[in-house]
Amino acid sequence: MTWLFDVFLGPFAEFSFMRHALAACLALALGCGPVGVLLVLRRMSLSGDALSHAVLPGAAAGFLLYGLSLPAMTIGGFLAGLGVVVLSGAVSRLTPLKEDASLAALYTISLALGVLLVSMKGSSVDLMHVLFGSILAVDDASLLLVAGVATVTVLALAVLYRPLVAESFDPGFLSAVRGGGSVVHLAFMALVALNLVGGFRSLGTLMSVGLLILPATAARFWASQVWSQSLVATLVALGSGYFGLLLSYYQEWPSGPAIVLTAGACYLVSLCLGPRQGLLAQRLPKKHLQH
Amino acid sequence: MAGPIRVSDLTVGYNRHPAVHHLTGAFAPGSLTAVVGSNGSGKSTLLKALAGLLPPMGGGIDLGGLAPRELGYLPQQAEIDRSFPITVLDMVALGLWRVLGAFGSMRPAHWTLTREAIATVGLSGFEGRLIGSLSAGQFQRVLFARLILQDAPALILDEPFTSVDSRTTADLLGLVLDLNLQGRTVIAVIHDLDQVREHFPRTLLLAREAVAWGPTSEALAPPMLEAARSMAEAWDENAPLCPEGAS
Repeated sequence: MTWLFDVFLGPFAEFSFMRHALAACLALALGCGPVGVLLVLRRMSLSGDALSHAVLPGAAAGFLLYGLSLPAMTIGGFLAGLGVVVLSGAVSRLTPLKEDASLAALYTISLALGVLLVSMKGSSVDLMHVLFGSILAVDDASLLLVAGVATVTVLALAVLYRPLVAESFDPGFLSAVRGGGSVVHLAFMALVALNLVGGFRSLGTLMSVGLLILPATAARFWASQVWSQSLVATLVALGSGYFGLLLSYYQEWPSGPAIVLTAGACYLVSLCLGPRQGLLAQRLPKKHLQH
Repeated sequence: MAGPIRVSDLTVGYNRHPAVHHLTGAFAPGSLTAVVGSNGSGKSTLLKALAGLLPPMGGGIDLGGLAPRELGYLPQQAEIDRSFPITVLDMVALGLWRVLGAFGSMRPAHWTLTREAIATVGLSGFEGRLIGSLSAGQFQRVLFARLILQDAPALILDEPFTSVDSRTTADLLGLVLDLNLQGRTVIAVIHDLDQVREHFPRTLLLAREAVAWGPTSEALAPPMLEAARSMAEAWDENAPLCPEGAS
C-alpha cells in the first residue's frame, strides 16, 4: 500500500510547489466547471477559445511594464479580455457583423499584439511561460488569485443563475420582461475572462480554456441538467488537475498541456462510454418501455 | 385601469426596409384582436415591437400606462433553444419573473402556483421532463403555462396555434378566450381565417401597412383580403426614401 501513497500522494507531500499547484487546480475547477457548462450550452465554446487568445496582450503589457509580476499580468489580461468582449459586442450590435465574427477578428489582432509585446522585452522562455504556464510559478499570491477567482465565480453564478439560464435558451423572454439580457451576457463573459486569467499562471493563456471546455463537454454525456452537468464538469476538472499534475511531475511535461490532455482523455472516454448518448450507449441494444 | 395600447405612425423594420409601415391605431383594454396577413406582411415584426424586442424606426408605441414587463409575450417556438437542458417545471417557473425578478427565491407557494399553471394546460406529470423531449404541441402548452403564470394584463401571442394538432388548438384557444374574459387585452397572430371569424371580434389585416383594422367581419371582407394579397413580398433594394418619415 505504501507504493500507492508514494505514487499518488508522494509528490504532493514532498514538494510545496506541487501542493500549491494542486490547490490552484482544485480552486480553478470550482469556477471552470459551471462556467464551462454554461459556455457550452450557450454554444459559445469557440468564443471562449477566442477570448483566451484575447487575454494575451493585456498579460503581455503587464509583463512588459513590470516583468513576471502576477498582479500586473492578471489585471492586464482581465482588462484585455473584457475589452475584447465589450468591443465585439458593440461591433455586433452596431454593424451587421455577428458576434463570433467580430470576436474572431478582434482576438486575432489581440493575439498578434500580445506576441509582439512579449517578444519586445522577453525571451522565448518567458513567452512559453505566458502561453503554456508553469507549475513552478504558482506561489502564494497566485494561489490567492485563483481562490479569489473561484469565490467570485461561484458567488456571481449563484446571483445570476436565473437570468443567465433564461438568457441562454430564450433571450426573447428575458428582453420582454426587461431582465437585462445585455448586462447578463456581459457579466457572464467577464466571468469567462476572469477564469481564463485565473488559470493562466498554471495552465498558460492558451491552455486555460481547455479546463473550461473539456470537462463541460464530457459532462454532457453523464448528466442531463445544468446543475448536474456543472457538478460532473467540476469533478472532471478536479480529477484532470490532480492526475495532470502527477503526469507533469513523472513525465517532466509542462503542467498546462498535461492537465488539458488529461481532461481531453476524460472527454474521449465520456464520448465513447457516457450513458447519455455516448457512442457505445447509442449502439447497445436496449429494451423499450411499454408506454 | 390601463388605457388602450396605441401605435402612432409606427414604422418597424430591418436594414432600413420597413416591415411595418406608418401604422396608426389602438388596441382597446380587454379587446381580443387577431393580426392577420400573409408571410412577410409584418405580423411578427409588429408583435416584437409591441413587446419591446425591436426598436421602432419611426413613430411610437404607447402602452397605455402599462409597464413594459406587464406585457406577456408568447414567442414562436423557433426562437427558443429547445436543446437547452431545462425541465418543464423550471421553465414555467420563469413566468413568476414579475413577482420574483432576477434574484427572488422560490417559496413553496410559488412552486404550487407553477404546478397549478402546468395542470391548467393539461401537462401534470410532465414537470420533470426536459423541454427537448416534448412534442411541438406539448411545448406550446408549456409556453402557455408560463404565460398564465406571468398574470399579465395584456398578452401578445405570436402564432400560438401553429404546428399544433386540432385538440391542442381547441384547448389553447379556450385558454386564450378565458384569459380575455378575465379582462386581459389579447393580440394574437392567427393564420386560420375561419378561427378568426368565429372567435376574434376585431382584426388587424396587415400587408406591411394596415389594409384594414376594425370589426372582423369588415376587416376580412373579400375586397380587403384581395388588397392584402396584392402586396409585393420581396423588398426592392433600390426603393426610394419614404417621403413621410425622416428615417
